[in-house]
Amino acid sequence: MIKTKMTREELDLLRESMRGDLDSLLAERSDLVKKDGEYVLAGEFYEKQTRIALRNFNIIDPESLDEYIARDGYLALEKAIFENSPADIITEMKAANLRGRGGAGFPAGRKWETAAREDSDIKYMICNADEGDPGAYMDRSIMEGDPHSVLEGMAIGGYAVGSEQGFIYIRAEYPRAVEMLEHAIAEAEERGLLGDNILGSDFSFHIELRLGSGAFVCGEATALMESIEGKRGMPRPKIYRTSVRGLWDKPTIVNNVETYANVPQIIRKGADWFTSIGTEDSPGTKVFALVGKVVNSGLVEVPMGTTIDEIVFDIGGGLPDGHTAKAVQTGGPSGGCIPAELFDTRVDFGSLAEIGSIMGSGGMVVMDETDCMVDIARFFLEFTVDESCGKCTPCREGTKRMLEMIERITEGKAEYEDLDRITSLADTISSTSLCGLGQTASTPVVSTMHYFFDEYQAHVVDKKCPALHCKELISFFIESTCIGCLRCKRECPVSCISGEVKERHVIDQTACIKCGNCFDVCPVSAITKS
Amino acid sequence: MAGVFSWEAQASNVEHFKETVAAWKGRKGALMPILQDAQITFGYLPRPILEWTAKELNTPIAELYGVATFYSQFSFEPLGKYNISVCQGTACYVKGAEKLQNDFCEALGIEAGATSEDGLFSLVETRCVGECSMAPVVSVNGEMHPHFTKKQIKPLLKKLRSAEASND
Repeated sequence: MIKTKMTREELDLLRESMRGDLDSLLAERSDLVKKDGEYVLAGEFYEKQTRIALRNFNIIDPESLDEYIARDGYLALEKAIFENSPADIITEMKAANLRGRGGAGFPAGRKWETAAREDSDIKYMICNADEGDPGAYMDRSIMEGDPHSVLEGMAIGGYAVGSEQGFIYIRAEYPRAVEMLEHAIAEAEERGLLGDNILGSDFSFHIELRLGSGAFVCGEATALMESIEGKRGMPRPKIYRTSVRGLWDKPTIVNNVETYANVPQIIRKGADWFTSIGTEDSPGTKVFALVGKVVNSGLVEVPMGTTIDEIVFDIGGGLPDGHTAKAVQTGGPSGGCIPAELFDTRVDFGSLAEIGSIMGSGGMVVMDETDCMVDIARFFLEFTVDESCGKCTPCREGTKRMLEMIERITEGKAEYEDLDRITSLADTISSTSLCGLGQTASTPVVSTMHYFFDEYQAHVVDKKCPALHCKELISFFIESTCIGCLRCKRECPVSCISGEVKERHVIDQTACIKCGNCFDVCPVSAITKS
Repeated sequence: MAGVFSWEAQASNVEHFKETVAAWKGRKGALMPILQDAQITFGYLPRPILEWTAKELNTPIAELYGVATFYSQFSFEPLGKYNISVCQGTACYVKGAEKLQNDFCEALGIEAGATSEDGLFSLVETRCVGECSMAPVVSVNGEMHPHFTKKQIKPLLKKLRSAEASND
């Protein structure tokens, strides 16, 4: 069948005819149920969720434009172009108060308004799909499962601000998402939903993909622009807002994948509907990647204001194997650890900031009593040191010095004064770094020091790791229950275990490198850590 | 293994790459897509290719080198045939990915980030592949192996080695 560019009427006809087809297709699936006239994923894990950005995820075939259209896809774009002025769209977006889902929470409508006011021959729309936070994969899932929702959101934004060119800056680590987007863009262009004169109107909008090449800092808006321009991805000093001067010095909107995925539904259902979900400060929903030590890990989309307790226990099913929750980490390397006693905190931009963490892009990693909080701080700091672009001194040098101090703590070589030095250095780095990466680099350290100070003290004063994680501070012993099976002896990479068959083995503590191999292989759990 | 870049041996790759450069030349922001194509086509950024590209784009080679060294996905040495990454994202980390990576180092006798002497395996350092619900994850040339355990290392390497032997 030759597919040609559609007009508005043809799109409406196609939607009507596809609706029934898709409905009968979905009716046969056992993993779906009908709720309020629409098919949603079935099961306890999904029942307690409200899916807006993930509305089509795992329901439609991401390679089928027709299925997207059948679920009211491109209806919002159609409505925007033919029934609304760009100013109407911005008014609606401002009323909806959709805050940036990439983590910073800046209202998208206000950003769009600034760019729309600029008088410029060229304006750009960028979708930030450089999802670099370790432990987060919301954006990847949206792009792989419902790519058209992102394209439609970008096109609506383009119409509102007066832009004809969009770029999606996506990590090269996401080959499947790249493939899905390429396919979706090609199909949308073929059918006249992107490209010149969309649906026969005067509005044209093109989208191109640009791939990242493994630099976390390129998730920062100005670094991302430098990268698209073909330069080292280093952030710019913030003299102008990017909505005034961004890519190639033109007014540029940068929004995150999830933000764009929300746009079509806001335009279709209205700001009143959107603000009826979530909290006053943060309307709508947020998608979280609930991972780590949790029974049901996966993507969770809940109204803003849902408590961490509800997410981890009611939806996530709590922790596996009888472990106790110690903390959840939100916001990746820019975020903090929230202790279990604060799990009644509501998840929205304001509440998370109040307790020293951030919303971030949506990573939510559950940790149990075996996770050492000092080591988690070290893990994130090591990440930041690695990913610091090196442009400004506080971030380049400061984070490195801080990591050295944290490493001394985990190795049991720190002195009490190091804790004060860390606090003071954290303050300097946060207040003097050029971009968000540096400004938030010390958050994991500051928040763990605040909530788990006893763990820091144990490492520094008693030279002990309460979670029995830090290598230099633990030792392995073989108890009398050893059956002498020789397994640990064989697995030991430095041959420091001695003992005969059916006799209790002994570890030579002076030679042990604490790799933990023996602990892992012992069939009778006769090896203990202390 | 690194050897000298041969224009003759790489003739078809060079031809493909030249087409890419021709397609992008003169367009804004062409450098990244061009370098990315070189990395994929040749498996690394050979110096002669960078020199040729610099002339073609009329850009100092220092600028190309400056951009290429900034991004971790560009390499200046050929990688192994099988690129193994033990994901070091947060979810994988709390489920023992650091130790798993050390186990791979031990099994291959190389450091993280290095390539084995026979040129077969590279241990590529990776931050997060975004498969957090299946942690810990190991990827081999982009193919994901979920819930990976130490026990699976030897069978995996054996399988790849024997696949290689039967190819010869």
